[in-house]
Amino acid sequence: MSHAAIELSGVVKRFGAITAVNGLDLEVPAGVCLGLLGPNGAGKSTTMRLLTAQAIADSGTIRVLGRELPRHAKPARAAMGVVPQLDNLDTEVSVADNLRIFARLYRISDVADAVERGLALARLSDRRDDTVDSLSGGMRRRLLLARGLMHDPELILLDEPTVGLDPQIRAEVWSLIDGLRSRGATILMSTHYIEEAERLADEVALMNLGRIVARGTPAALIAAHAGRETAEVYGPPARLAEVRAVAEAGGLMVRSAGPAVAIVGAETAQNGEIPADAVIRPASLEDVFVALTGERLE
Amino acid sequence: MSPGNDETGAPAPPRIVREQVGTRRLEWAAISGVMSREVANFRTFWKSSAFSSTVEPLIYLLALGLGLRATVVDDADGLDYVHFVGTGMVATAVIFSSAAPAMFGTYVKHRFQNTYQAILAAPVDVEELVSAEILWIAMRAGFFGCFPLLVTIGFGLDPAAGMLLVPLFCFVTALGFAGFGAAVGASVPKIDQFNYVTSLVITPLFLVAGTFFPIDGLPQWAQIAAEFNPLHQLVELVRHSAFGFESTDPLRFAALLGLAIAMWRLAVSRMTRCLID
Ligand SMILES: Nc1ncnc2c1ncn2[C@@H]1O[C@H](COP(=O)(O)OP(=O)(O)OP(=O)(O)O)[C@@H](O)[C@H]1O
Ligand SMILES: [Mg+2]
Repeated sequence: MSHAAIELSGVVKRFGAITAVNGLDLEVPAGVCLGLLGPNGAGKSTTMRLLTAQAIADSGTIRVLGRELPRHAKPARAAMGVVPQLDNLDTEVSVADNLRIFARLYRISDVADAVERGLALARLSDRRDDTVDSLSGGMRRRLLLARGLMHDPELILLDEPTVGLDPQIRAEVWSLIDGLRSRGATILMSTHYIEEAERLADEVALMNLGRIVARGTPAALIAAHAGRETAEVYGPPARLAEVRAVAEAGGLMVRSAGPAVAIVGAETAQNGEIPADAVIRPASLEDVFVALTGERLE
Repeated sequence: MSPGNDETGAPAPPRIVREQVGTRRLEWAAISGVMSREVANFRTFWKSSAFSSTVEPLIYLLALGLGLRATVVDDADGLDYVHFVGTGMVATAVIFSSAAPAMFGTYVKHRFQNTYQAILAAPVDVEELVSAEILWIAMRAGFFGCFPLLVTIGFGLDPAAGMLLVPLFCFVTALGFAGFGAAVGASVPKIDQFNYVTSLVITPLFLVAGTFFPIDGLPQWAQIAAEFNPLHQLVELVRHSAFGFESTDPLRFAALLGLAIAMWRLAVSRMTRCLID
């Protein structure tokens, strides 16, 4: 394919006084799984909705799978699988009908076969005639994924695919996404779980205030913006304030991390800014994010 | 065993075959796909719909028709009062099975259940979505609208060939009311505001349609107003289908068709505003 699967350039989207997406440039090459990482309100979901033309940009250009949006949104959506942040399964019809309806909407030739495969993917074959309301949260999420994936899309938009799931189900969803990746689908996955991005994404784009602030492989981003090591110091507030002051005086980036302060780039400290009782850990994407934006992700 | 599938041990699934999707407007595959959702849903409550569609005109005919005929009126416009009300009730069935379901259905599906948002992530656009919803409601209303007529035949009304057109009259009228309901459902911010629409629009239209009393007994101004009531036009068409068509009937039908088209476009534009940011 000559085009990237997703090409956004200079995209702006306002809701009244709020600018949700603010001059976004983003390219996702075919076959790549890109993690879109950003705090609440960064504009991740709005970006997803722009890609399905359910939101129309105020300015900028959007191409998806080589098609210009919003004009050619329909054929673009036909080859796209969307798993939304908020569960919008149809509670008025059965589990199997949820899949059947979308098999038809996606123009799948063999609807019955697609429903069976969807049920198998969601591991809900024995619950086919139940209503969605009777499913557990994890089952609903699997059905939502199956519904968005049943037509074997070239491009998959996953908006916080594991938000609110318990660790076991999260692991299941992760292995499912892994499977999609290895089949060559292009994936844009928003998340604010660092671990999710690090584990699944080939590349990560950090989003804040409606634009991308950095992009690269997790390792490259960490090396470029957060150095090698982060030192965490625990203690009473007065002590933490003192540690922070010393480190900042030494030119180091410091942020609070729950009950501790984290000193980024600890390996570069030269004048004893790192107390002896500090816990040294490898730098993370969280450190990168804070270093770049001053904001926390979760 | 193929490599790369060691996790599941299963061979890679064959690729799914999909039809091409174009940029053409109003594709039947999209419209029928959305309608299939309504059909699946309808399967869960068709019995109660059929029941109330039969029993309601029955009750009206017994209470109003027989009760009023025994005490107050014998005939209206020269017709047996039971036959007069029975044929008029077709219009009642149509408005209550189109405007209200469209209003509530639209509202609930975009506000509470996000059903429309889910559908619009598939290759369906708002115009196809709205058209499918309105078409389905109108088909249903066209079908259930005939029930009062059948019940009235049970009360001695003579079947006539013209009655074969009644489903079509009902369908076209219901298209207009379903479009109106969908436009309202897409426009009101809160569900309780449907009360205003019901009180100010639906109830007056229903009462001054000529269902229960002849319009020509009303003052001149009310008669003129009634001519603008689509439900009155439907009542006239249905009665004429039973007792003989008049030369103005094609005009009435054309007016209902015009209304249907106008309301369809209104619904598409209101729904676009509410579903696409
Ligand atoms: N339909 C809308 N109307 C008004 N404001 C909106 C709308 N959709 C999003 N916004 C605003 O746009 C901004 C970005 O929202 P968005 O949902 O894209 O963020 P997000 O990155 O997905 O956040 P989260 O991680 O919480 O899901 C927020 O300030 C939000 O309130
Ligand atoms: Mg979001």
